Amino acid sequence: MLHIVNKSPYDRNSLDIAVSYKADGDIFLLIEDGVYAAMKGGAAAAKLDGCTVSVLGADIAARGIAEDKLIDGVSVIDYAGFVDLVEANEKVQSWL
Amino acid sequence: MKFTIQVNEGPYQHQATDSAYLFTKAALEKGHEIFRVFFYHDGVNNGTRLTTPPQDDRNIVKRWSELGAEHDLDLVICVAAAQRRGIVDDGEAERNGKDATNIAEGFRISGLGQLVEGAIQSDRLVVFGD
Amino acid sequence: MSKVKKFMYVNRRAPYGTIYAWESLEVVLIGAAFEQDVSMAFIGDGVYQLTKGQDTTGLEMKNFSPTYSALGDYEVTKIYIEKESLEERGLTLEDLQHLTWEDEDDDWAEKDSIQLVSRAEMVKVFADQDVFFNF
Repeated sequence: MLHIVNKSPYDRNSLDIAVSYKADGDIFLLIEDGVYAAMKGGAAAAKLDGCTVSVLGADIAARGIAEDKLIDGVSVIDYAGFVDLVEANEKVQSWL
Repeated sequence: MKFTIQVNEGPYQHQATDSAYLFTKAALEKGHEIFRVFFYHDGVNNGTRLTTPPQDDRNIVKRWSELGAEHDLDLVICVAAAQRRGIVDDGEAERNGKDATNIAEGFRISGLGQLVEGAIQSDRLVVFGD
Repeated sequence: MSKVKKFMYVNRRAPYGTIYAWESLEVVLIGAAFEQDVSMAFIGDGVYQLTKGQDTTGLEMKNFSPTYSALGDYEVTKIYIEKESLEERGLTLEDLQHLTWEDEDDDWAEKDSIQLVSRAEMVKVFADQDVFFNF
């Protein structure tokens, strides 16, 4: 399953809920304000421990987040990569 | 692959419609088919031609219309949500006795069944919202 | 005709504060005509949609909570409530409407639509779905 999270973990609990629904092989895509979760040194980063995580490059760039400010192991993708993720995952859930 | 896209939020207030648009564009560029884009909740406000954003900002409504024209997209606005929020085409104006229309080019107003059909006919439903 | 898909309507919003819950229910009711394999999940604040005793008179809004009891007539009979979400909010099933459906293959016996499941069980329920509707 591809879990899409678009809310800041410091504002809403979408990421907590999404992560608690993790099954083997699931992928987490952070978009919009969701990308703040993947910043190194942030209290929310630990929530992503053990998760396969991608972030939308356009969303981190817009928010002034350089790639080296991201926690290790996060893939930075573009919208084409977003499309590929949706194609590769039979189930897609947006945790609005 | 065939996608249906659902947009739950209006323009400018939320990034949802921007994300949906950029996803849709990328999917088309990769040669995928967009079976339908369905605008629901406040997302119906993406379909009014009366928006006038500042010139140095993106024109979200026009951008959907243009992408729609270029790729023959089915841009569907939910009728129940549209009636609540005042998005009107000729048919709706006639039915509900309204003195004006505001639907943007390339959009059409139809029922919720269009969303369900989109989910049935497409390989993936991708939802963008708040 | 394409194969029947497993539809999961995921309800995570409380009613009235926003319109999401009501407009999502409208999709479920319309969608019922398409004869897919429909389930609904109520997790997080979504469980508040089903509480008993809602009275919107003072808000001048439509009280749509009675509509849930009609779901059985629309053949929406698989309603999953997450146990952890209820407990976290100090609720039990007793605080929620009792939703039922009539099984025509069993002499129209009245059966419970609601299944109380743990989050771990809900993950398995989700794993079995084809399409997720999020509002």
